[in-house]
Amino acid sequence: MIRFTVKRLLGLAVTLFAASFVIYSSVYASPGSPESVLFGSRSPSPATRAAVRQYLGLDQPFLTRYLGWLGHVLSGDLGTSLVSQQDVGSRLAHPVQVTCALVAYAAVLIVVAGVGLGLLAALRPGPVDAAISVGVSTATAIPAFVAATVTVSVFAVTLGWFPAYGLDGGATGWVRSLTLPAVSLAVIASGLVARITRATAREQLASEHVQTAVARGLSQARLVRSHVLRNAAGPVISVTGLQIAGLLTGAVVVEQAFGLGGLGQVLIDSVLQKDFPVVQAICLLLVTAFVLLNLLADLLVARLDPRLRRAVTA
Amino acid sequence: MTAPAVDPDLVAAAPTGVRPARPRRSLNLGPTAALALGVLVAVTLLAALAPMVAPGDPNSADLLATFTGPSPAHWLGADATGRDIASRLIYGARTSLIGPAVIVTLSLVVSLPLAMAAAWHGGVIAFLINRVLDIIFSVPGLLLAILTVSLFGPGLWPAVISLAVAYLPYVARLTMAAAEHERRLPYIDALSVQGQSVTRIISFHLLRNLAPVIAGQATITFAYALIDLASLSFLGLAVQAPTADWGVMMSDRDAVLQGHPGQVIAAGTLVVATVLSLFVLGSRLSGDRPTPRGILRLLLRRRAQQAGQR
Repeated sequence: MIRFTVKRLLGLAVTLFAASFVIYSSVYASPGSPESVLFGSRSPSPATRAAVRQYLGLDQPFLTRYLGWLGHVLSGDLGTSLVSQQDVGSRLAHPVQVTCALVAYAAVLIVVAGVGLGLLAALRPGPVDAAISVGVSTATAIPAFVAATVTVSVFAVTLGWFPAYGLDGGATGWVRSLTLPAVSLAVIASGLVARITRATAREQLASEHVQTAVARGLSQARLVRSHVLRNAAGPVISVTGLQIAGLLTGAVVVEQAFGLGGLGQVLIDSVLQKDFPVVQAICLLLVTAFVLLNLLADLLVARLDPRLRRAVTA
Repeated sequence: MTAPAVDPDLVAAAPTGVRPARPRRSLNLGPTAALALGVLVAVTLLAALAPMVAPGDPNSADLLATFTGPSPAHWLGADATGRDIASRLIYGARTSLIGPAVIVTLSLVVSLPLAMAAAWHGGVIAFLINRVLDIIFSVPGLLLAILTVSLFGPGLWPAVISLAVAYLPYVARLTMAAAEHERRLPYIDALSVQGQSVTRIISFHLLRNLAPVIAGQATITFAYALIDLASLSFLGLAVQAPTADWGVMMSDRDAVLQGHPGQVIAAGTLVVATVLSLFVLGSRLSGDRPTPRGILRLLLRRRAQQAGQR
């Protein structure tokens, strides 16, 4: 297990290093130089421009700048916003909390609805299974932005149960404001998780060890818990983990639709203002979180299934 | 090599040498997939014949008709500035479909040669191609598109090109896996003993046998490209506002908040119907195996691990 973890962590470091280079260099490959953002429509004297370039460190060679940026990032300093001159770290503190809360809420919904519906469909063949299968297939085709507008129209505008826009204060305010966004974000992923749960559970139910357990007279609850779920857990956790990691970028759309002020919304604002340091910081945060969540899912699966550990480290 | 520990169904889902159960030339789709095909043909025809079938100009504002419901003049009603919703939907099909079509075509054109080279030669070439794909893989598609838009400004084409790059690994890995398996079958050896050239074997035999798998994958990729591109238009980063587009139409939040969800419901229904049809048809073409994106990623990762061990 340790060897497996170390190996995966090394791979992770290499990937993140490559990704950080791509993110940093791509922003500086953009047409128009970064300091132009500061001047807007004014045209500065060459001396002023040179002074600003020196202040921003743009007069140094590219590699020096990249390594300097990477060093700062690793020591926890994400840089300074070009537009607001605010420290990026403190600028992002609140948005990070919002996005984490949203993703966590959606993750809970995905696990409960996805695994629950999938198991139910597997255990109740016939009409229940057919109904769930149709519903689940349709759910996988409902993008977050469609779900967001429809839920707002029904539950916020018509019924008035939840706020349509913005984030209310306090714990209950957060839960109320985040419910519709989390549901919208969770629709596709719940569908996929339900589908894979149904398929793997079905397969386990038809397997010989489950048939034997039935013959031995095990209770239904025990059968599902220790024979079906235990063996179906691997693929289900893998797919769920990947889906939850994917929510990080999916959150961009939902945050914008509901005006939650999360990371994604700051990202879009910064993109439109060409505030490069903020864009870089958020991209790096999102990629890091994405890769880490994927790793976490892999480690969890390997913890549950020793065969996979050996297959990978061998 | 030890047996894959991930569930066998998923591994069986790998399109390695998967052939459709039916004879290849008969297109026996079954009722659900036939319906899906019908929906897709209808949407494509609407897009292609937009000037002929649309009841009016998608951009002409009739302020007296603002937020009116369905009427003989406006079949599906009019939006906030009195533009005809039906016409906007029909013209919107053009921008909504052309983008994903270009994304899928670009990914296929770039990834097929890469996949064939990796599958045929293996070794260093396959290693290098796989590592590059891994790095692209670590940046989610939507994020890559947003990053590109921050460099080149909002617009359909920056978004399309970045999504084509982001989808490369999916298309390439699956084709590679299928080609690696197919390549080891005896008929390929037989052909090369007969002295046929590699290009000839690949283009006339290998690719032809992989066609159903590739077509199925391309269809499913089309659906994901449509979702991602419409999401970007919804965010105001791809297709820009006055242009008729399903994603743009969905972004009219003010109309929804004022209690006029007409155009949003219409555009949303078309998006869901099109995506669902693409999924149904795509999985039918590739032999009814589960290939939603999450499972796909898992599959690709396993492939990569297995390739690493060899």
